[in-house]
Amino acid sequence: MADLSCDFVGIRAPNPFWLASAPPTDKAYNVNRAFEAGWGGVVWKTLGEDPPVVNVSSRYGAVSLRGQRIAGLNNIELITDRPLAVNLEEIRQVKRDWPDRAMIVSLMVPCTEDAWKNILAQVEDTGADAVELNFGCPHGMSERGMGSAVGQVPEYVEMVAAWVKQHSQLPCIVKLTPNITDIRTSARAAFRGGADAVSLINTINSITSVDLDQMAPTPTVDGKGTHGGYCGPAVKPIALHMVADIARDAETRGKPISAIGGIGSWRDAAEFMALGAGSVQVCTAAMHYGFRIVKEMDSGLRAWMDAKGYATLNDFVGKAVPNVTDWQFLNLNYDIKARIDQDKCIQCGLCHIACEDTAHQAITATKNGQRHFEVVDAECVGCNLCMHVCPVEGCISMQRVDDGSFGDWTTHPNNPMRKVAEDS
Amino acid sequence: MPRKPVADIEASRLPADRLRKNFSDIAPTLDQHQALIAAQRCFYCFDAPCTTACPTGIDIASFIRSIATDDRRSAAQTILDANIFGGSCARVCPTEVLCEGACVRNGGERIGAEGEPVQIGALQRYATDWVYAEQAALFERGADSDKRVAVLGAGPAGLACAHALALRGHRVDVYDPKSKPGGLNEYGIAAYKVPDFAQAEVEWLLGIGGIELIHRPGLTKTINLEAMAADYDAVFVAVGLAGVAALNIPGEHLPGVRNAVDFIADLRQSEDLSDLAVGRRVVVIGGGNTAIDAAIQSKRMGAEAVTLVYRRGAESMSATGHEQEFAKSEGVTLLPWAQPRRFLGEDALTQVEFERTALNADGQLIGTGEGFRLHADWALKAIGQRLDAVPLAALDFHRGKIKVDADFATSMPGIWAGGDCAWCEAQPHKQDLTVQAVEDGKRAAIAIDRALRAEQE
Ligand SMILES: Cc1cc2nc3c(=O)[nH]c(=O)nc-3n(C[C@H](O)[C@H](O)[C@H](O)COP(=O)(O)O)c2cc1C
Ligand code: SF4
Ligand code: SF4
Ligand code: SF4
Repeated sequence: MADLSCDFVGIRAPNPFWLASAPPTDKAYNVNRAFEAGWGGVVWKTLGEDPPVVNVSSRYGAVSLRGQRIAGLNNIELITDRPLAVNLEEIRQVKRDWPDRAMIVSLMVPCTEDAWKNILAQVEDTGADAVELNFGCPHGMSERGMGSAVGQVPEYVEMVAAWVKQHSQLPCIVKLTPNITDIRTSARAAFRGGADAVSLINTINSITSVDLDQMAPTPTVDGKGTHGGYCGPAVKPIALHMVADIARDAETRGKPISAIGGIGSWRDAAEFMALGAGSVQVCTAAMHYGFRIVKEMDSGLRAWMDAKGYATLNDFVGKAVPNVTDWQFLNLNYDIKARIDQDKCIQCGLCHIACEDTAHQAITATKNGQRHFEVVDAECVGCNLCMHVCPVEGCISMQRVDDGSFGDWTTHPNNPMRKVAEDS
Repeated sequence: MPRKPVADIEASRLPADRLRKNFSDIAPTLDQHQALIAAQRCFYCFDAPCTTACPTGIDIASFIRSIATDDRRSAAQTILDANIFGGSCARVCPTEVLCEGACVRNGGERIGAEGEPVQIGALQRYATDWVYAEQAALFERGADSDKRVAVLGAGPAGLACAHALALRGHRVDVYDPKSKPGGLNEYGIAAYKVPDFAQAEVEWLLGIGGIELIHRPGLTKTINLEAMAADYDAVFVAVGLAGVAALNIPGEHLPGVRNAVDFIADLRQSEDLSDLAVGRRVVVIGGGNTAIDAAIQSKRMGAEAVTLVYRRGAESMSATGHEQEFAKSEGVTLLPWAQPRRFLGEDALTQVEFERTALNADGQLIGTGEGFRLHADWALKAIGQRLDAVPLAALDFHRGKIKVDADFATSMPGIWAGGDCAWCEAQPHKQDLTVQAVEDGKRAAIAIDRALRAEQE
């Protein structure tokens, strides 16, 4: 049976499934329940200086898509709204009760050395395993010069990380905001400042929807709304890309990453880990279904690792990174054609109209006057659009038809900047 | 108090609240959330098979997408543009053999484990219901054409034609022998399928203006087509099949032997079902919707035993498999392969004698000689309806119906016909369905309009 235990920058946990800093980790009651359910660790809901912030009523907006009630979730909550001392006391108690689980404390205080020094001493005193610096929160806190207001300026990220390392022995994870143009800039800054790891992504600036009766964004607070932070299944592709970008950047390659963003299953977790994440953090999926989802994540990851022959997490962490490349290095000679399994086809016609109107006119709608959908190889460019629109699983597949040779853009005759073969 | 009949026929077999429940809406409308979920199951097919299967060609993928995007008004407009009786059809269409039968979602194990079609009928009802509730004006009458058209029959075919003509600016007089408009929608459909609905729908339809309803008792027996044709610029005959086929067997005159359509109409018109009598043991003869509706409603009125006897196999019944199953689940006994030989009783019906049937080597239906009897206080005949042809004799007929061409024109200039009373040479297999009648009316109106405008030029 595969071993899921993890050692992430010295933080030990029985499994890599951690709850991200958010309402699920807001207080002892929730965290105890999470540990009972089997979560390997938690990042406690972000602490700040007293007096605590005040939250509004109506805090979430959701995008539901074709029956998936929460395809994307948006929130306008702030950091913890409980007094610092209460949180610290609970953290101390929970860590004492659950010594084998990872207890990471998320922090956000004003951008002064004293503020950081002061809170770090108090956190260290609780026995927590590490701190995570919240440089990601895109709303409410950024207006006060914290959260993403810091995360968006690489110099600040580096500076604060350096203070934290100077004033504390604890491992330091810097949580990155995706609301920037190039995630690598922030990641590099964090590691330059001495951070042990980065975690990403925090939420993405968003407006979930507009209430057309109230003429206001949702969630609507007494007739007005504000931008919030977007998360949930919809943001996973964005998070995967950002994780991969850091994992293969020359300056940050191989550095520890704790991945966050749309994770809700063992498969999501495995994908992030294959791109270099040493642990994963979950928020929306737990908020949607409760802590019990860790059970299927745990058993699913083990089953997959067993099937693949991976004994420990390190056997596959980062394994997909070498296969993430730049477009110019993709094989232009690779050629696939769509194939429709007529026994599975239910004749909805979606492949035809998609290819006809928006791709390459490569799927017939009739044959001998009968409704019939068939690929015309000569026109098919192998774009996969039809495969994605077909509602029947496995009905359209892509078949490789090229000769197996290789040729990429760097040497292609159409490329004005192509490399000419050295010795012609 | 009426004298208690010899046979066991009486009212109030069930308590009033039970009766009310039995005859309330069988399939209440979907709520918004249910409708969204149902709508999201539609794939929005290209050149969708469901639309091809709909006799009125409703753009089903389009109206369902409107529902899925929370736009009930556009959904209703799409439906009613193609089928002005979209509300009735949502309730009475045999969807399992029409749109839902053609839905690609039936693909079974190919698409997950469900193999259930999209609930097109229920969604159609969801989209249209608010139109009648709000009496929303979705259509505007065209500029007056100065032309007058007579429509004979205020059923689905006649009113669909009248509405389509009004839309094009013609003035329409609709004649009907019954006191309420709606035809079979009002008198012929099981009460639990359309409670309190038919009149609201007709009222909404007439809201376009330019249509006058004229109550003319005895219409089908006294039509003077020549005079009508002289008075109006065009005539559309949509009188349906008012005549009831007789069995012509001994005892048919006995009290207790009734036409199923009359029982169905009585149920629909009843103010208080507690006053309406029903036999204790009911035998229904026939295999169509009328037979099924009469059998189920007898049961729901409190009849103790209801047997539906059909002379061929169940697969030959024009009632769909779905309806047969429903009847069985309601406690109706289906008894195929038997034909009635005579009705027995002294002052009133007490038994029906049947003969078992079979197919001979040539595939023809024959009596086997083997007989049996069923006790019955009521026998409801539902072996089909026919056209009372006499007053229409000036027209060409085919198979007992008025013969029309692809444009629904009859053999007499200026006279069109459609609905159940017409046999269309372009569609020899046209079925007697509400939705088909609506399509006939719509297409006839387009043809009439074209002819009237051609005259003008
Ligand atoms: C296959 C594909 C190719 C695209 N190519 C371009 C492009 O060449 N130039 C561009 O400005 N945007 C391009 N876009 C982005 C779209 O114009 C659009 O900004 C984006 O898809 C978001 O809009 P939507 O998701 O609402 O459709 C492309 C999008 C897709 C899906
Ligand atoms: S792969 Fe692309 S081009 Fe080929 S048939 Fe499908 S949609 Fe058309
Ligand atoms: S999309 Fe799939 S099921 Fe639909 S017609 Fe094309 S191949 Fe058949
Ligand atoms: S066939 Fe079914 S899935 Fe396709 S458009 Fe019609 S209702 Fe929708």
